[in-house]
Amino acid sequence: MAENLLSRRPSIQRLLQGRTDKLLVVAGLGSAIWDVESAGENPLNYYLLGAMGSVVPTALGLALAQPERRVLALTGDAELMMGLYTLPTVAVRRPRNLVVACIDNERFGETGSQPAHTAQGVDLAGMARASGFPLVREVYNEDGIDALRTALYTAEGPLFAVIKVSGEMPPVVMPIRDGATGKARFREALLGERGLKE
Amino acid sequence: MADAAQSNAVPSAAGSAAEPNWREDVYQALKELDIRQVHYVPDAGHAHVIERCLADPEIEAGMLANEFEGIGACCGAWLGGQRAAMLMQSSGIGNTINALGLVTSGRFPFFTVITMRGEWGEFNPWQLHGGQSAEKILEASGVVTMRANYAHEVAEMVLAGARLAFASYCPVAVLIGQRVIGAKVFK
Repeated sequence: MAENLLSRRPSIQRLLQGRTDKLLVVAGLGSAIWDVESAGENPLNYYLLGAMGSVVPTALGLALAQPERRVLALTGDAELMMGLYTLPTVAVRRPRNLVVACIDNERFGETGSQPAHTAQGVDLAGMARASGFPLVREVYNEDGIDALRTALYTAEGPLFAVIKVSGEMPPVVMPIRDGATGKARFREALLGERGLKE
Repeated sequence: MADAAQSNAVPSAAGSAAEPNWREDVYQALKELDIRQVHYVPDAGHAHVIERCLADPEIEAGMLANEFEGIGACCGAWLGGQRAAMLMQSSGIGNTINALGLVTSGRFPFFTVITMRGEWGEFNPWQLHGGQSAEKILEASGVVTMRANYAHEVAEMVLAGARLAFASYCPVAVLIGQRVIGAKVFK
């Protein structure tokens, strides 16, 4: 089974291929950030290097504030587990423009690859379904990534996708680490001068 | 003191005609501040504001399962160009600690109105933990904390607290003392 799993780095690069400025990305905690950054620096990415469990709620607030844009929350299985109650919160609030994608490698990659809950059978897609997400996908191959890329821009969400990947740990691609700089860049790119002066 | 405690033990919290209607004041302040998202964990003290926000088409209001996620939701709103606020109770402060790292690391404005338990005539001993540690935890987490002990202080404190948060990009909590709200009476 393991050799058939997707590799995370090329999968996320494929997901973000041909990205337009319609798409806003919130990513965390560690590996998900390196994956997004490897697809190219973009001021419309906001990275959380801490506050574990906050990626999806941050994307929720952003999606509600920007209904004309599309928002991708890109997280890992352990980051999502730490704030799992946000799945029902998102499902109840129903932001149609939000896609939550969870890269599931079934381990705590940054801390020595200890097996995580999903390695013991915890079913994140099932939890999203039970929470009331109208759209739920499980992605196991490149066709699934391509379909998810289309859905990023078109789905009547909220959509939850779990991307099953192998346990490999690609090299770190370090972005700007300062949260305040990231915030200022993001707001300037999205809102123009107002984003800096407000 | 005994008299005051006595009068607060009666559900005078709804307010007599002579008292300021602090509950409506909170809602009016949120409107004046152009708050566009309100995230809440329900509390009896916030019930009026929550109802008003839910009925307001200009405010995207909704419930949280846990105060932790309110931090991200408010910061995400700011990333998207909107002001947000969280309504919560003192017992939920502990849930926010790690998430507040997003606010302090990102220098986000963050504004919350917290109704207090575990202080003025509290009946439930389990509320002491959150109530008595509230200000220390918030202070240690870098949150500017303001406190209204009287109903007439609430409106200006919410306005001033939120202006500080959004103009100076910092986390601000306005605590509404249990003395203002009135202690729950179990009979």
